[in-house]
Amino acid sequence: MFSEEAIKELDGIKAKYPTARAALLPAIYVAQREFGWLSADAYEAVADILGVPRAIARGVGTFYAMYKNMPAGRNVVQLCTNVSCMILGAEKLVDFLKNKYGLEPGGTTPDKRFSLVIMECIGACGTAPAMLVNDDFYENLTENSIEGILGKYK
Amino acid sequence: MEKVLLKNIDNPDSADIGQYLKSGGYQSLPKALTMEPKDIIEEVKKSGLRGRGGAGFPVAMKWTFASADPKFPKYLLCNADEGEPGTFKDRPILEKNPHLLIEGMAISGHALKAEYGYIYLRGEYPAAKHILEAAIGQAYDKGFLGDDILGKGIRFHLAVHQGAGAYICGEETALIESLEGDKGQPRIKPPFPVNVGVFSKPTVVNNVETLSNLPYVLEIGGEAYSKIGSPDCPGPKIYCVSGHVERPGVYELPMGTNLRDIIYTHCGGIRGGRQLKAVIPGGISTPVLPPDKIDCPMDFVNMPKHGSMLGSGAVIVMDESVCLVKVCYRALRFFEHESCGKCTPCREGTGWLRKILGRIENGEGMDGDMDLLLSVSGNMLGKTFCPLGDGAASVVQNFIKHFRPEFEEHLRTGACTVKG
Repeated sequence: MFSEEAIKELDGIKAKYPTARAALLPAIYVAQREFGWLSADAYEAVADILGVPRAIARGVGTFYAMYKNMPAGRNVVQLCTNVSCMILGAEKLVDFLKNKYGLEPGGTTPDKRFSLVIMECIGACGTAPAMLVNDDFYENLTENSIEGILGKYK
Repeated sequence: MEKVLLKNIDNPDSADIGQYLKSGGYQSLPKALTMEPKDIIEEVKKSGLRGRGGAGFPVAMKWTFASADPKFPKYLLCNADEGEPGTFKDRPILEKNPHLLIEGMAISGHALKAEYGYIYLRGEYPAAKHILEAAIGQAYDKGFLGDDILGKGIRFHLAVHQGAGAYICGEETALIESLEGDKGQPRIKPPFPVNVGVFSKPTVVNNVETLSNLPYVLEIGGEAYSKIGSPDCPGPKIYCVSGHVERPGVYELPMGTNLRDIIYTHCGGIRGGRQLKAVIPGGISTPVLPPDKIDCPMDFVNMPKHGSMLGSGAVIVMDESVCLVKVCYRALRFFEHESCGKCTPCREGTGWLRKILGRIENGEGMDGDMDLLLSVSGNMLGKTFCPLGDGAASVVQNFIKHFRPEFEEHLRTGACTVKG
């Protein structure tokens, strides 16, 4: 069940569209924030509040790469390894995360501090390699700088 | 050339409406509101403005189709799903110059008699979402958006719709599906969005950079605008350059600037004086070019004559340290991941190509793999539902066309001789 505050927020979102269905993507974002990840219960809450079939809510939510369909760590490291980042060393950074933090692509550290998601271009190609940690952009990454950056996330 | 799209972006307050007004912003919108919609479209037609998302479709023509449809309400969608790998040209507009886009959309909304607009923003740009929403709030407060814009009785409402990580949503009908709350899978055309678009209403989908040109078109007039850059597709263009150049970044230059000049003059040439090996000129889907083929004007009309495409103007420069088999493999991993699964040639083909390239890259290639790559990709070209599959197939075909010996070397020796 959504909190009262979230319900109010969802009402505001629905008002932006002529159909309740169009609020599905933003509503899934709200559910992800409220419940931490998108469990079957979270999808049910989304489906019920918008009046869309549960299978549709889950079908749509699992199509998109950025929804958390599994429990994730407290901080999500989203590292780009597409061509512009790859040719400037992104793969070495993937290895570094593995060796230094035991963090595998698609995995989460045992202390639940970090999850790692390999991204398909985050639009920071001119300052590659780049990553997002949660909603924060970090660019021109090196092994050294990554270590300093991740130190800020507990 | 005076900067139009990236004007003031170095100013730390550039996203604020006060700064935008101070630098002459929101002067074209009042002018537009005194004009008849058809006269604005006529001005855009004179300007020769073409869509900057990759296809280069004439803006006035798209607008005329949508205007001619008798159904209301009409919708204006801004495609801010900048996902083509190598592309980061819209991000500075979204994050640093949001009011330019908002003004452009309000002008376009009036021209189309559209009362509602959405900015479909990729999920990977969370900062831009907050910046755009703040800017939209400011524009409402100042009367540049709303039910009665600047007291002229004209209505245009604007909201941000955040995507959630799907490259395919940059395709306009997939974008529409996604906005309606569905999986981002393309629709068959016709009907075209200009007739049956979002919520089954006439819909124009234009790219961020395209819409951001509108204030300038009205400021200097279509005639003067048409004199900038290439005669066949005029205007300023943002080129975004990544990879092995001395100065990667965004460059606003006249449309049609020579690719070699972009790399060697504006970006300072190849880093550390190394040798150029290959250039992808317009985002990863556009055909790769070898070093002896980069003397070409970067615009929609001339690039196809030189064996590639302008695409999004995303130039990826690769020096001698790069293994092109690996790049091609990485590109196909991307296409396989992003294929929406709707049509068989793309869904299966991207996976097959990725597997074949993967084994060649890993030294496990088999006899006949080159022919197999060409055969599979050849059977995808022109047979997929939308351009994603064509893009994937053409990447393979063009890497082999220009760099076949490197692939064959991998196959023969099972190893890569490139020193990274």
